[in-house]
Amino acid sequence: MPQNEYIERWQKQHGKRLDHDERTRKRQARESHKQSHDAQNLRGLRAKLYQQKRHKEKIQMKKRIKEQEEKNVKSSAPDEPSKTPLPQYLLDRSQATNAKALSSAIKDKRNEKAAKFAVPLPKVKGISEEEMFKVVNTGKKTHKKSWKRMITKPTFVGNDFTRRPVKYERFIRPMGLRYKKANVTHPELGVTVQLPILSVKKNPQNPLYTQLGVLTKGTIVEVNVSELGLVTTSGKVVWGKWAQITNVPENDGCVNAVLLV
Amino acid sequence: MATVLPPPSKRQKVAQAEKAREQQEIQSIPSGLGSVRVQFFDQATGDATGPAVSVPVVDANIKNLETLLNTLQGNDDDDRVPYRFTYQSDKEGQTIDILADLYHSLLQPGIKTTEDTVSLYYTPQAVFRVKAVSRCAASIAGHGEAILATSFSPVSSSTMVSGSGDSTARVWDCDTGTPLHTLKGHTSWVLAVAYSPNGAMIATGSMDNSVRLWDAKKGQALGGPMKGHTKWITSLAWEPYHVQETGRPRLASASKDSTVRVWDVVSKRIDTVLTGHKGSVTCVRWGGTGQIYTASHDKTIKIWNPKDGTLIQTLTAHAHRVNHLALSTDFALRTAYHDHTGKVPESDSEKVTAARKRFEQAATVNNKIVERLVSASDDFTMYLWDPSSSNKPVARLLGHQKEVNHVTFSPDMAYIASAGFDNHVKLWNGRDGKFITTLRGHVGAVYQCCFSADSRMLVSSSKDTTLKVWDVRTGKLAMDLPGHRDEVFAVDWSPDGQKVGSGGKDKAIRIWRN
Repeated sequence: MPQNEYIERWQKQHGKRLDHDERTRKRQARESHKQSHDAQNLRGLRAKLYQQKRHKEKIQMKKRIKEQEEKNVKSSAPDEPSKTPLPQYLLDRSQATNAKALSSAIKDKRNEKAAKFAVPLPKVKGISEEEMFKVVNTGKKTHKKSWKRMITKPTFVGNDFTRRPVKYERFIRPMGLRYKKANVTHPELGVTVQLPILSVKKNPQNPLYTQLGVLTKGTIVEVNVSELGLVTTSGKVVWGKWAQITNVPENDGCVNAVLLV
Repeated sequence: MATVLPPPSKRQKVAQAEKAREQQEIQSIPSGLGSVRVQFFDQATGDATGPAVSVPVVDANIKNLETLLNTLQGNDDDDRVPYRFTYQSDKEGQTIDILADLYHSLLQPGIKTTEDTVSLYYTPQAVFRVKAVSRCAASIAGHGEAILATSFSPVSSSTMVSGSGDSTARVWDCDTGTPLHTLKGHTSWVLAVAYSPNGAMIATGSMDNSVRLWDAKKGQALGGPMKGHTKWITSLAWEPYHVQETGRPRLASASKDSTVRVWDVVSKRIDTVLTGHKGSVTCVRWGGTGQIYTASHDKTIKIWNPKDGTLIQTLTAHAHRVNHLALSTDFALRTAYHDHTGKVPESDSEKVTAARKRFEQAATVNNKIVERLVSASDDFTMYLWDPSSSNKPVARLLGHQKEVNHVTFSPDMAYIASAGFDNHVKLWNGRDGKFITTLRGHVGAVYQCCFSADSRMLVSSSKDTTLKVWDVRTGKLAMDLPGHRDEVFAVDWSPDGQKVGSGGKDKAIRIWRN
């Protein structure tokens, strides 16, 4: 017998307390009261730990409720297998419609000309040059004139980039802050795909930052959507599409963007 | 003072070099090769035509060979027939099309020498020529939902019917690009449309489990819905004109409920019910010999006798659901007595005779009536069948890398074209099922394809929103037809070759012409 199962052992030897069932029932009944009390009164680290635990429990609870609901649904055969009309040969096929829906959604949107210039994040907070650049002053000459800058924000650097000689390199883009991929969300479908960044189209802060490929919140980047299988009206595969960065990449360690459609 | 011309720029030089290179490639046949002996064989019967003839190599091009063959057959100057020549080697069984002349096709690659007798198989080609469609003549809005099926009238290219997701079918005047009639009555999507072989009636099958009949001229319903199926209709097939009892045409409808029902069109009653399939019936075809061919999700193809509803044969070879069937005589059956001359026989008996003659002409191989069948399946393959001689397939057509959705025979039975979800259209030899070529160009799944009436062109519709017209002989893209704004579900080339009609998810019918 394992060491710690002394309660079970005791119960086997002597039986349960006479009021055991009632006690457990009462404890269960008061459970919610206790939880409420804890949630309201715990302070500091204990409160934090308690909330974390509770958060996880709630997630599990919701999942289980959802499962239950799905199980209880009485399914009657749907009269039409899908909402959109499909030809006979496409019925009864499970389709990967995501990319397709993407494509048509994009086309619909194109028709509204006004949508062309609208972006999800129209305004962003300005970033000062002091915040963006750190003055590099290693070496006597560099120190004297202080002309060298290190970019403190994440950047996108193209594949074919080679650094210039130290003597001429005015802007340093640190290796650790370079990004090649972005998590791009399609706004209507809510699907997120990780796509390679092709270029930085526009940094709203400063044209110089566009040139340097700085990735800040609100920056428009071009991403490679070829794997989504979108097609143009003339039947060519769409390759690059624009997306706007929605997070602050330096805080999150990743680039999240939303596709402009 | 004369100005000196500046030296040509690099671009000009490159262009010049390019031009020079291209011009050099104009093929000339070297003289002094002597002559080659040519023996002609009829492709259909395999019999030799005339004696072996000695032809100078320099002159052995297609045009001269055609003239020679016409003379050998004693054709007059006015009814000369164009031919296609193929060379079949005895050992490997490979087939080579003679594209321009004998020298470049056979002698230069070293397949034959001038010492040998070259045996050429000839097939008559259509005496008329269909021009490749090249422009969009009309884009007609009208349907409120995606267009799911289109079909031209067998009579002419001026009317077309389309079935749509807005639960109507519409008849279009393709000459003026205007709607003629709206066929209202169904309560759900119209999945299948079919013109009767004489062009007088239209049958539509719908998601609401019913089949309806319409007068093609007036656009009025002929009676109410024909009910009986318990699931939606997937495919419709009219009884071929020459098999029909006079005044009592019949119609077969395949349904998801795994039955096929044969309807008496006049009394609107069920004639027979063909039950036996264990899965959704995807395609039904009514052959010219009076048999009904059905393909189903249960991996089998069944052949039925519609007289008493008995099963004649079950063809099993596919490893996954069978998507589509095509008969070698499809075109002749669809158009019945309407031929390319546009002359319609006057009396009914003449019409039947004409239809029968056209069918027999199309189906006769080696003096036997042979109706070949090709089936496309989800197992990425197709099978070519000759059901009258064997229940084993003639050939297995391998090559597609995804599901094969649509398959079609060319009107002259020489080619099979298959459209797959792997973005390719593939061409196969209609006789032995040998692979000919892949037509690459689509960037999305190809949904349907259709041959022109003279079998020289093929049009394919795709998920990538374009139609593409292919030259069957060279396997090259003849014309790219962008214009649809969303995927193209249905395409049809009119039986007289004038127009192509297409419809898809963008709700607009497009008529294309040359």
